[in-house]
Formats: sequence, C-alpha cells, structure tokens
Amino acid sequence: MQTAPLSRYLSLVPSSVMVGVFFAIPFVMILLTSVSTPAEDVDYRYAFDLQHFERFLTWFYIERALFSAGLCALIALISLLIAFPFTYLLTTFGPRTQTSWLIYILAQLSLSEVLIAFSWQILLSRTSGIGNIIAWIGITEKSFSMSPSAGAVVAALVYLAVPFSVLLLFPALSRLDKSLLEASRTLGASPLRTFFTVVIPVTRPAIISSGVTVFVLTLGAIIVPQVLGRPEHWTLSVLITDQAIFNFNMPFASALAVVLLVLSASVIVLVTRYAGGAKS
Amino acid sequence: MSHSVSRRRFMGTAAATGALALAAPSIARAAGGPIKVGTYGGFFEESFKEFIYPEFTAATGIEVQSIAVPTGETWLVQIKNAARAKTAPADVSLMAGTPRNEGAGQKIFKSLDESKIPNLKNVPDTFEDRYDDGALFGVGAVSWYITLCTNSDEIPEAPDSWAAFWDEQYKDKIGLLGLASNSYLLEVTAVTHFGGTDILDTKDGIQQVFDKLSEVVPNVRLWYKDEGAFQQALQDGEIPMGQYYHDVAGLAASEGFPVVSTFPKEGGILDSGYWIVPEHAKPVDEIHEFINFMSTPETQASLSRNVGTAPVIDPALTDLTKDELAAVSSPKAPIIPRYDIYQDHADWISDTWNKMIAG
Repeated sequence: MQTAPLSRYLSLVPSSVMVGVFFAIPFVMILLTSVSTPAEDVDYRYAFDLQHFERFLTWFYIERALFSAGLCALIALISLLIAFPFTYLLTTFGPRTQTSWLIYILAQLSLSEVLIAFSWQILLSRTSGIGNIIAWIGITEKSFSMSPSAGAVVAALVYLAVPFSVLLLFPALSRLDKSLLEASRTLGASPLRTFFTVVIPVTRPAIISSGVTVFVLTLGAIIVPQVLGRPEHWTLSVLITDQAIFNFNMPFASALAVVLLVLSASVIVLVTRYAGGAKS
Repeated sequence: MSHSVSRRRFMGTAAATGALALAAPSIARAAGGPIKVGTYGGFFEESFKEFIYPEFTAATGIEVQSIAVPTGETWLVQIKNAARAKTAPADVSLMAGTPRNEGAGQKIFKSLDESKIPNLKNVPDTFEDRYDDGALFGVGAVSWYITLCTNSDEIPEAPDSWAAFWDEQYKDKIGLLGLASNSYLLEVTAVTHFGGTDILDTKDGIQQVFDKLSEVVPNVRLWYKDEGAFQQALQDGEIPMGQYYHDVAGLAASEGFPVVSTFPKEGGILDSGYWIVPEHAKPVDEIHEFINFMSTPETQASLSRNVGTAPVIDPALTDLTKDELAAVSSPKAPIIPRYDIYQDHADWISDTWNKMIAG
C-alpha cells in the first residue's frame, strides 16, 4: 500500500472508461429499449412500457428460458466430467507434455462457433458422416443422419466448452499441493478415494468457476442450436437473434436479452453463494 | 455454387453487406456522378453489375455505383437511420414485400413522378406500390418463385401438389423455410386447403390455417434460415423434399445435381423485389430514368436470361422464348404472399409460428 490513493484511483480511469463505453452504455441502451413503447411513425419510443416482458410471460418463452438454462447446466456438467479427469491426469505429466497439450487446447479456441457447428453438421450427416463408419462396421444396415437432434446440439456444445473447462481448471490443479495426495496415500487411501476426498474438495472453487463460465458461455450460443437442433432445441439466444435480425423487433429482443441476463446473473449469484462460499 | 445462393442468404452475408452499405453514405456523390443502386449482395448484385448496369449506362450515359444490400428488415433499418440524418444509403434499391410495407407505413420512401416513367405502362397494377393517397412509391423490379423441390434419386416421382407436405410418407423428410414471413406457408396452406388466401383476412382465419399447417410439423426435418444448408441437404438427398427457390434449384440441376423444381398445381409462390427510393435520395431525374429503363421489355428479358428472375411485366411484351420463360416461371396462377398480415399481426404470427415449429 505504498501508492497514494489518488494515483491508485487514476490508474483505474482508463479501464473504467473502457468498461463504461463498451459495456455500460450498450447495456443501458438494451435496458431502455426493452421498456420502450411502439409508435406509429418510428420503430419505438423510449418510455416505461412493460408489454415486451408481458409477451415473454407466456409458457412458450418461459419454457424456452428454462430449457436454455437446463441445457447449459447439462453442458457445464458434461464438460466438467470430461475436463476434470483429463486436466488432473495432465498435471501429473512433465512440463513439455503439459505445454504441448495446452497449446493444442488453446488452438481449439480459435475455432469459431460457426465453424464448429458446420463441421459437426458434416460429421453427423448421412452422406459424409460417421454414420458411414457405423454402417461399414456393420452395426446398422445403412448410413443414417444424426442431426438435427438434441444429441447433436449437446455434442457440439460440449466440444465448444471443454477447452474452456480445461483452461480454467488447469491453474488450480497444477498448483495442487502434491503433499496432500502423498499424505492421503500414506494414510492408506486408494487413488480413487484420494481423488474424491482430497483433490475434488481442494479444487472446488475452480470447479465451480469453470462450471459457471461454461454455463454462461453456452447460454450465448446461437449457431449450434440453430444448425444442429430442431426448433424444440432452440435456446433463448436463437429467439433473440430471430427477433433482432429477422423480425426486427428490437424492444422484444432486448427484453429477452434482459431475461437472459437476469437468468445468468442469478445462476452466478446462487452458485457462488451456496456452493463456492461454503468452501472450507 | 455457394455464390449463387447468397442472394437471399441471411446469416453472415446480411451482416457483412450491412456493414458495407453503412459505409457507403460517406462516399460523397459528385454532381452528375454515378447513382447508387442497391441490390441483394452476392449472385444478384454480380449479375446486375455484369449484365444490366452497362446496358443502362450505354443507353442513358448515367453511371451506376453498385451497392450490396442485405435482404429483410436490416436494410430498411439502415434506410431509416440514414433518413434521421437526412441522407440516403442508396439512391434506389430493391426491397421485398414485408419491409416495404413497413417502410411505407412510416413514409420513408420518396413518391415517384409517374410522368417520368413512361414504361410504367408495361408494369401491371399488382407490381405498383402506392401510398393511401395514390402516390406511387414502389415499382416491381424482379420476381422469383418458391416451388416444391425434390431430389429425384430419393423421390423419382415428384408430387404435383403442396398437399404432399401433409403426406405421412414424407415423415421427417421435408425442409421448409424457418420464418412465417419468408416461407409464406400460411398462404400455401390457405390456397391448398382453404381455397385461397382470403381466409387470412382475419385472425380467426389465420388461426385455422395455423391449425392445419401444424399437421406438417412432424414431417419437417429442417426449418432452414440458411439457404446453403438446405440446398446441400437437398442435393445429397439427405432431406429429399422441401420448398426452395426455383431459379437456384434450376441452376443446381443444370450443374448435374438430382434436383427437380416442380410448380405445384396450386401454383408456385411468387415473391418479388420492388425498386424503392429513400426519401432523401438526391438525383431524382436519374433515379426515374433508371426505374424507367428497368421496366422496359428488353431489360426484363435480359434479367430473366442472366439473373434467372421472372419478368414483372407481361411476358408477351418480351422476346423471351417459351423455353426461356419456362425456365424462370410457370403459366399457372401463382400464390401471391399476403405481406399485409405480417405487418398487421407481426408479433402474434411470429409467436404462434415459433410455438408451432417447436412442436
């Protein structure tokens, strides 16, 4: 605490301006638009009109919101189930192996959602997809298509999310005090028991933050549900895009975006309070 | 192949061309310089640049600066935003039915002087858009058909009626456009099962049509927003049937793909783009001259040959041969979209549609 308070505050100015300009102002505009009122001569006027939220309050949109939350929670869970054991094992290897793997995983992040969605579409198609391999092995008689389907959406979203999970878990797992594991083993616990009773509790904050990040991240996925899913698998984000781009109903799109924001914010608050805060 | 389908492709190109079009107003127009003409980016714009604008310049001496515009409402919004700044992102541009109706409601299009468009006499009344006071603001430019397209490997005998969509034997085999306002399936259902689109006059009627249309849902495998995705699936036979654009389907067939476009006996869906002029467009005379030139039989024929669109004027006025005409249209009475309902009941139709396709 050697720096004077004023200069400390001054050093905050550039980042605050950036956050203000690029985050707070658009956010306020979305809020204002979501309560705007339709007008004859222009698209809408700023007012305090809750009709767009009333429109949301039908079972269809509520069900879509719940579905989106459920889907993203499932994706977060599956990615953790894949990423955690992988990352844990990775930390037991030497630094060279770790670095190569991390570079490989980082490279995955450069693939856009669009690219991933369309690649999976080809992978799951009847004519050029893995259906051909299954038919060739002889499990099925003919090749078949696996998309659009719920499974296709889940597979592609998990593919999208796993690199994030790994990268978020890696620091905690690599800093894990190995003497804890040795102590556990010395006291006679099996590797499996050590894993569940020592490794997981110790790295719980990382697990939670990784899960929450993946949840929020997949909540914003648009292309994957749209390309690989049927309409019943479309998330709230897809509906927002529909309203904003195709129906050009900005107020309703904004209202849905606010709902999505409230949804993700409450999940973050709930999870960090009841899961993260209880750590010993 | 992909370049030819990007005309109405929404995702990606819409945004990209939108950015282009936004940048355009900053280019100052020199006096007597080119007029800025907006057409749908991709195959459309390229064909116009290659075949149509040089003819126009040769005939009138007016240069054309081509602008790629997004389809749908995005372009309308850009025109509206520019109008607030008293500018126009293009001097004259193509616009489809639903956004045109909406823009007309807010009077953002310039009224045209009919005396400066003598060739308007070629254009039927149905291709003239007027304000309530009778002032002309939109003139038909090009038409295209949405037809029943099939993969001939998978379905050797193409059905001759839209009613095939309701046939249980096509369960999980159909691809349809993903929005009420671009698939025009309410109109198709009304004509196929209710004897015409008059039933769509009332909300109760639309609900009845929705009830009938919902029987199609189990047969639908893909509700597409991206033309390319459906075209690929149709060519491969992955989704062997659906509604698709007649011109692009013809192009695919000519490239050897087993794609057949059938005009059902109830008629193909006839959609069209009109020329509209943003309120603040400056070169008024040149704009009228352009619309006049586009309404000549020669230009309309050239559009059919080179862009693959159906003429908006009586084909008898053109020198198109029977085969050339058959390639772009059909003598059967078309299904004309009811653009008005998507404006009058916009929210309700969009909600009911979303609920319907989600099962």
